[in-house]
Amino acid sequence: MNAPVIQVDHAAVGYDGRPVLRDVSLTVTAGEVVAVLGANGSGKSTLIRAVLGLVPLVSGSVTLFGTPQRRFRQWRRIGYVPQRLGAGSGVPATVGEVVASGRLARRGVLRPAGRADREAVAAALRAVGLADRADDPVATLSGGQQQRTLIARALAGEPELLVLDEPTAGVDAASQEAFAEALRGFLAGGGTVLLVAHELGPLRSLISRAIVVHEGGICHDGAVPEPAGHHAEPDHEHVHPHCDEEPAGLWSI
Amino acid sequence: MDLFQYDFMLRALVGALVIGLAAPALGIYLVQRRLALIGDGIGHVALTGVGAGLLLNRSPVLVAVIAATLGAIVIELVRSRGRTSGDLALALLFYGGIAGGVMLVGLSDAGSASLNSYLFGSLTTTSPADLTTILVLGAAILVLMLALRPALFAVCHDEEYARVSGLPVRALNLLLAVTTAVTVTIAMRAVGVLLISALMVVPVATAQQVTRGFRSTMAAAMVLGLFAAGAGVWVAATADTAPGASVVLLAIASFLVVALAAAAWRALRRRTTPATVPAYEPHEVVLR
Repeated sequence: MNAPVIQVDHAAVGYDGRPVLRDVSLTVTAGEVVAVLGANGSGKSTLIRAVLGLVPLVSGSVTLFGTPQRRFRQWRRIGYVPQRLGAGSGVPATVGEVVASGRLARRGVLRPAGRADREAVAAALRAVGLADRADDPVATLSGGQQQRTLIARALAGEPELLVLDEPTAGVDAASQEAFAEALRGFLAGGGTVLLVAHELGPLRSLISRAIVVHEGGICHDGAVPEPAGHHAEPDHEHVHPHCDEEPAGLWSI
Repeated sequence: MDLFQYDFMLRALVGALVIGLAAPALGIYLVQRRLALIGDGIGHVALTGVGAGLLLNRSPVLVAVIAATLGAIVIELVRSRGRTSGDLALALLFYGGIAGGVMLVGLSDAGSASLNSYLFGSLTTTSPADLTTILVLGAAILVLMLALRPALFAVCHDEEYARVSGLPVRALNLLLAVTTAVTVTIAMRAVGVLLISALMVVPVATAQQVTRGFRSTMAAAMVLGLFAAGAGVWVAATADTAPGASVVLLAIASFLVVALAAAAWRALRRRTTPATVPAYEPHEVVLR
């Protein structure tokens, strides 16, 4: 039996008193690839932000690698990939510089970058297929390539757990494939993944378990649900909630 | 160059050069975080410190450092709470700061000439003690900004990611706030409260016209700051103009020159490399 990497017990989260998640419990064990699915506004991004401590819990608890999140300090074990690069600053930064910040969790604030750091950055860039873009300004990259830069930044820290927020949203097909490839490499090294997704795309075959968040609660936890009916059509966009409206044969197994 | 035979001119030059080097090294983080005008606001608060110092017969610069630091910490706390009212809170702090300064300076017997020297700088009256303060604090700012560059870059670039990396985000933010306050107060001598932000921001804005990365932007901005400060003092000495204004106008002039040159170069390159493969088209890797 693998040890739990993430354990969420009866977590509730609210913004300004408005509940977003209520009574959510979930466990991710080492080696799993868990996809958090759900409609826009269902609270799936909030769930992983709460796991990482970016939004405070109203009640309940989060445990990371067996340590209560409040006392958790081994952040080098976690690689976080946000939905997109922040609003973007006025100052240019190269792809290499952004990816290099992924090493900070490992080497600390004061120690200058050494050879191991540079090698890890180069390896992470290779893993996402951006090795030849290291010296280019991030702002000149396509959306998909910027997303891959963020994945490389997380991989550069050589984490055990990757937490990704919509890594494939609005990303071109080539970048989605490159991303799936990078994820495959990470999993081969024994990593654990928790990702939020709207569309699984080429990632589908990698997912070992799916969690569906609906109206602030978890309404499905198990195999990846098969799209059915008009959901299976290639141009279908998941923009509406799935759970209560259409229970038969959709997300239920 | 005869003017630099005088000790006071030499002190003015050295002080300006140190500030010209340190201000952009800090300013780049403020620009990156879209807080380009924060130096201006903290300068306003520092003015209240100057007024209080003059009124209490204490060193105005020292009291200004304290006032500006407190102001910077308040601003940082308001910012990190991230509420919409933050905007208004900052406005209250800024205008309260400058009004308080004007009133306190007026109450002291220092008079309006003294107020002017803090508002617009008074480089040529830099005393040896002032110069020591500028050298020590300037060196401290430079060392901190250069040594902590990866961490400060991470925090200013993507604060949430920095938090998940386990970086001491709050401490680094407070450090940046306090360093801004200290820079503002030492730069007050050179360019004055109303022009400080220019030395922190304009060299960075100039540098990023032509640079590709953060480190190169920082280096170029520091060189530009050094140049503007040195050339500004020289122009002020030879043409008998206000040093602070000369430094800032030179910095802005270099911005215009570089921006125009960069635009011309881009236009030229677009013409010489015709539409084979558009340069901006993202390069994609093909797997399998």
